[in-house]
Amino acid sequence: MAKVLMKGNEAIAEAALRAGANNYFCYPITPQTEVAEYMAKRMPEVGGVFLQGESEVAVGNMIFGAAATGKRVFTTSSSPGISLMQESISYMAGAQLPCVIVNIMRGGPGLGGILPAQSDYFQAVKGGGHGDYRLLVLAPSTVQEAVDLMILSFDLADKYRNPVMMIGDGMIGQMMEAVEFPDKDADPKPPDESWAATGAKDRKPRIIKSLFLDPVKLEENSWLLHEKYERMKKEEVRFELYKVKPENEFMIVSYGTMARICQTAIDELEEEGVSIGLFRPISLFPFPSTQILEEATKENVKALLTVEMSTAQMMEDVVMAVVGNRPVEFYGRCGGIVPTPEEVKEKILEMQKTYSK
Amino acid sequence: MKTEEQDIQRSAFVRPDSMTDVVTHYCPGCTHGVIHRLVAEAIDDLGLRERTVGVAPVGCSVLAYNYFNCDFLEAPHGRAPALGTGFKRLRPDMIVFTYQGDGDLASIGMGEIIHAANRGEKFTAIFVNNAIYGMTGGQMAPTTLPMQITTTCPTGRDMNETGHPIKISELLSTLTTPSYIERVSVHSPQHILKAKKAIRQAFQNQVDDKCFSLIEVLSTCPTNWGITPTEATSWVEDQMFKFFPLGCFKRPDDGKVK
Repeated sequence: MAKVLMKGNEAIAEAALRAGANNYFCYPITPQTEVAEYMAKRMPEVGGVFLQGESEVAVGNMIFGAAATGKRVFTTSSSPGISLMQESISYMAGAQLPCVIVNIMRGGPGLGGILPAQSDYFQAVKGGGHGDYRLLVLAPSTVQEAVDLMILSFDLADKYRNPVMMIGDGMIGQMMEAVEFPDKDADPKPPDESWAATGAKDRKPRIIKSLFLDPVKLEENSWLLHEKYERMKKEEVRFELYKVKPENEFMIVSYGTMARICQTAIDELEEEGVSIGLFRPISLFPFPSTQILEEATKENVKALLTVEMSTAQMMEDVVMAVVGNRPVEFYGRCGGIVPTPEEVKEKILEMQKTYSK
Repeated sequence: MKTEEQDIQRSAFVRPDSMTDVVTHYCPGCTHGVIHRLVAEAIDDLGLRERTVGVAPVGCSVLAYNYFNCDFLEAPHGRAPALGTGFKRLRPDMIVFTYQGDGDLASIGMGEIIHAANRGEKFTAIFVNNAIYGMTGGQMAPTTLPMQITTTCPTGRDMNETGHPIKISELLSTLTTPSYIERVSVHSPQHILKAKKAIRQAFQNQVDDKCFSLIEVLSTCPTNWGITPTEATSWVEDQMFKFFPLGCFKRPDDGKVK
C-alpha cells in the first residue's frame, strides 16, 4: 500500500481497524479526540461498533465487557481520562482480559494542560490502578511507528491476555507524517474464544472475574500474573540504538518524540566532535534494563543523560538499570513545554566539562 | 425406592437448569435467593441459558455467578451496565442481564445506569432494592427510608442532611428512550408470581430486540434491618411501599411517560 499523509490520531485509529478491532468505545478529550471523530465516520463503513460513552469510567468498563467476548477491543484517551480508566484496567488485568489502551499524554497533574507531555510514565509503567499487575507498555516516536506498534499491541494483548498500553505524547497524536499501512489480513485468524464468555453451551459456565475471596486462590492468581510479566521481560523487550558506538563517551536515554529531538541534538553534537549515542526504549514495560546496563558499562562511557518531558520519571528505571555503574543525569521540561535540541546540546556540553575533568 | 410422595415433591419443586446446585451464602430471610430463582426460571422458560451472560455487581450478590448456570462477568462496583453495554453491543445475538443492588446501582453506579437506560441498551437490568448496604454491614443507601436506622445514620436517616430516598424506577421512567420499567416485590407468594411475570417480560423484550428493561425488585434484609425474617416481609409492605409504590412505570414502545 502506498504512503499516505495522516495525523497521528487518525493513523492510530486506522491501524486498529487494520488489526481487526471493529469496535471502539470512547470519550472525547484533547489531544486525542480525532481518534473518536475518525472512528465515528469509519466504523459504519466497516460494519463495526462505535459508541461514545458517558465518561472514561464507563468507557473503561465498556471495553471490559466487550473484551469478555474474546474480540479485539481498544480505546484511546489522554491523561486525566486514563486516570479514570484505571479502575477497569486493574480489573481487566486481574481477570486476564486482552485489550489495547492508548494514552496521548498531556501535561498534568490534575487538569494540567493540553500540550504534549510524558508525565504519565509512572502511571503506565508502575501500575496506575490498584493491585499487583503490570501493563505491557509501548512508546512510539513517529506516526509510522505508532501504526506498527498499534498493530503489535493487539497481538501482544492476545498473546498474554493482558491489557497493553501505548503511550505517545501529544505530538504523536497531533502531527502529520507519511505512513504506510499493512494490508488488512484477508483471512484473519478468528478470535481465541477458549476463555471468552460465549454462552455455556455444551460446556461448564465461564466466569470472568478478578474476585478471589480465598487468599490462597488470590495469591495463586497474583503469581500467575507475575509469571506472565516475567515472560514479557524475556520476550518483549524492544529498543532502538542511534549512533551508539564503542568510542562514545555519553549516552542519552529517551523515548517517544523526545528521542527524535535528542537525535537532532546528537547529530549536531557529533559535528562538534562530541561522541554520543541514543538508547531509545520502545517497550517501557518490560524496560530494557539489561541492554541499557550493557551499553552504559562500555569502557568509554562516562555518563548517561535521560531526557524526558516530565520531572524525571523514566530516569528512576535508568538509574536502577545501571546499578551505580555510571552517573545518570537528567534534563527535562514539563507542563507542555518541549525541550529543544539546543537545550539538550547545552546540557551535554555541560556534562562534557564535568566528566572530562 | 422412590415413594409416590417424593415423586410429587420432585415434580412440584425442581431446580431450574439455569441455577447451580449450590447452597447460597445469603442470610436467612433474605430474598436474593427468590429473585435469583425468578431470573433463572425466566431464562429457562424462554430457553436462553446457553446464550446468556450475566453481570454480577459488588454487594451481597457479588457471588451471584456461583448460583447461575450460565457465563458470568464480575463487574467493578456500579459498572455492570457499562460491562453489559460493551458485551451486548459486540454480541447482539446473546442475552445479557445485569444484577445490581441499590448501593451498586443507585449510588456509585448512578451514571452508568442512567446512560445505559437512556441509550436503550438492549440488556435486562435486575435492580434489587433493600434500602441498605448489605455486604458491608448495614450502612445508609440512597434508597434508605427517612428515619430508617443504619450504622452510618445511627439515629435514623435525616432528610435535611442526606436527602430523600431515590426512586430509581420513577427517575428512569422520565427518560424518553423506549424502556420497560416496573417495580415489583417478592415478600409474598402473590407478589412473587407478579415479579416472575415482570422479569420474564424483561427477558422477552430482549429476545424481541426491543429495548432496555429494568425490573426493580423490593427485597428484604432482616440481618441489617435488625428484625426477624417475618417482620421483614411486613416491613416491605408497611414501610417500603410508601416510598416505593409497585407498578409498571414504562412499557416498551409506550410513548407516554407515566
